[in-house]
Amino acid sequence: MTVKLPIYMDNHATTRVDPRVVEKMLPYFTEIFGNAASKTHSFGRAAEEAVDKARLQLAKAIGASSDKEIVITSGATESDNLAIKGAAHMYREKGDHLITVCTEHKAVLDSHHALEREGFRTTFLPVKPDGLIDLAELEAAMTDQTILVSIMAVNNEIGVVQPLAEIGKLCKKRGILFFCDAAQAIGKIPLNVEELGIDILAFTAHKLYGPKGIGALYVRRKNPRVRLEAQMHGGGHERGLRSGTLAVPLIVAFGEAAELITQNLAEETARIAALRDRLWNGLTSQLQHIYLNGHATERAPGSLNVSFAYVEGESLLMGISDIAVSSGSACTSSSLEPSYVLKALGVNDELAHTSIRFGIGRFNTEEEIDYTIARVVDVVTRLREMSPLWEMVQEGIDLRTVNWTGH
Amino acid sequence: MAYSEKVLDHYNNPRNVGALPKDDPTVGTGVVGAPECGDVMKLQIKVGANGVIEDARFKTFGCGSAIASSSLATEWVKGKTLAEAAAIRNTDIVQELNLPPIKIHCSVLAEDAIRAALADFAAKQEKKA
Repeated sequence: MTVKLPIYMDNHATTRVDPRVVEKMLPYFTEIFGNAASKTHSFGRAAEEAVDKARLQLAKAIGASSDKEIVITSGATESDNLAIKGAAHMYREKGDHLITVCTEHKAVLDSHHALEREGFRTTFLPVKPDGLIDLAELEAAMTDQTILVSIMAVNNEIGVVQPLAEIGKLCKKRGILFFCDAAQAIGKIPLNVEELGIDILAFTAHKLYGPKGIGALYVRRKNPRVRLEAQMHGGGHERGLRSGTLAVPLIVAFGEAAELITQNLAEETARIAALRDRLWNGLTSQLQHIYLNGHATERAPGSLNVSFAYVEGESLLMGISDIAVSSGSACTSSSLEPSYVLKALGVNDELAHTSIRFGIGRFNTEEEIDYTIARVVDVVTRLREMSPLWEMVQEGIDLRTVNWTGH
Repeated sequence: MAYSEKVLDHYNNPRNVGALPKDDPTVGTGVVGAPECGDVMKLQIKVGANGVIEDARFKTFGCGSAIASSSLATEWVKGKTLAEAAAIRNTDIVQELNLPPIKIHCSVLAEDAIRAALADFAAKQEKKA
């Protein structure tokens, strides 16, 4: 068995662009290079046609009823900002209260913090130890002043899927808009904005085998018609919601990437889930004291966030340096704080420091999974042999009773 | 994070990993750090009758730089007198391993571990006397 190294298994961070997508986008750099807003000549019209087609592909991928509901942006961060600030500013007269969850992406959390400085109030809902929100807490947090609920579909660190349909129903009942950051969800789980009652939805190309720098925001036009205040002003592109010349090649690629997802979702997710199970079963059959972070079944198929007790995450990453994964360990970030998402789950700092995030994607193979299992088992075993914590546990010492000298 | 060659060498070939009998009166044991901070070092020294450190061992839970700092510390204390070992400074470790600023705390922890082991040995001697 030969495996090509290094192995890429960090598909939450970004994905490789599918070669079929690259092929589709290339002519739009050199041949069909017009500005989609140039309606006076054939170059512009050809570009506009390509954008229209992509918009339909994007609408279809999320079950939107019209391509007019798709606003092109530069990515999920911009989409998050436009959705949250745009809705808050537009509906300010109606209320000043927002609800989100403490495990959201920073783009969502920091947009709320920015609005709080303008006088809005936010409820940051906690999550249960499995990473999911408590629907009763969401309902209890809703007031007459609440104008927007922002809850992500799939968590970027732990892969759990929030109960979107139930959230959608609660929001509808109270007449509150539901915004969903689905950057990690599209292409990983079936998602239909009509069925789930989502009013605004952010997604991005580079998490679904498309290029970086292009994203979209779904903005519902019927039941209810959602209005947003533009955050980027200029030539009035995207029906005034997002000015700026359209990046035609990237949009074509985004559309094509979405099309591939629409065609093969069930088959692809089944294959990836099988690889994920193979990885988990391989690790748990050979290593003790390893823990899955987040709900065991309510999760995106390629996602596995695992704590390897008594082995610090960065030292584990160093040992498996030919496999690209990421860690919730503080040492891998510049903040020296372990992951805020794992902390929100109630995972103690000690275990958060030992966490590794595996992100399996379209291009991973069974051979790569088997290689990863063997490497991780080998390195964890070696590092545990040199871990004083492992030694204490083997001696029957309860680590919680030790008087540590924190620094 | 780019690791220096010396850090990689200590990580891949750690010197003196293991344990000495901690109840032996000639052995001093230092455990510093905390699991919730992401690093714990255990460093042990075995002191000869002449006051020279004959042997040293370590076990570390921590990042590669923490492992390398403690591995280097065991190498350095061996053959030194207690006073010489006490004079080892974290800045020496930083320099030897080319640690970046964000990893300086690893070297501080290694210095603390040496001192804790020396203090434990001294306490045992006092008890005996």
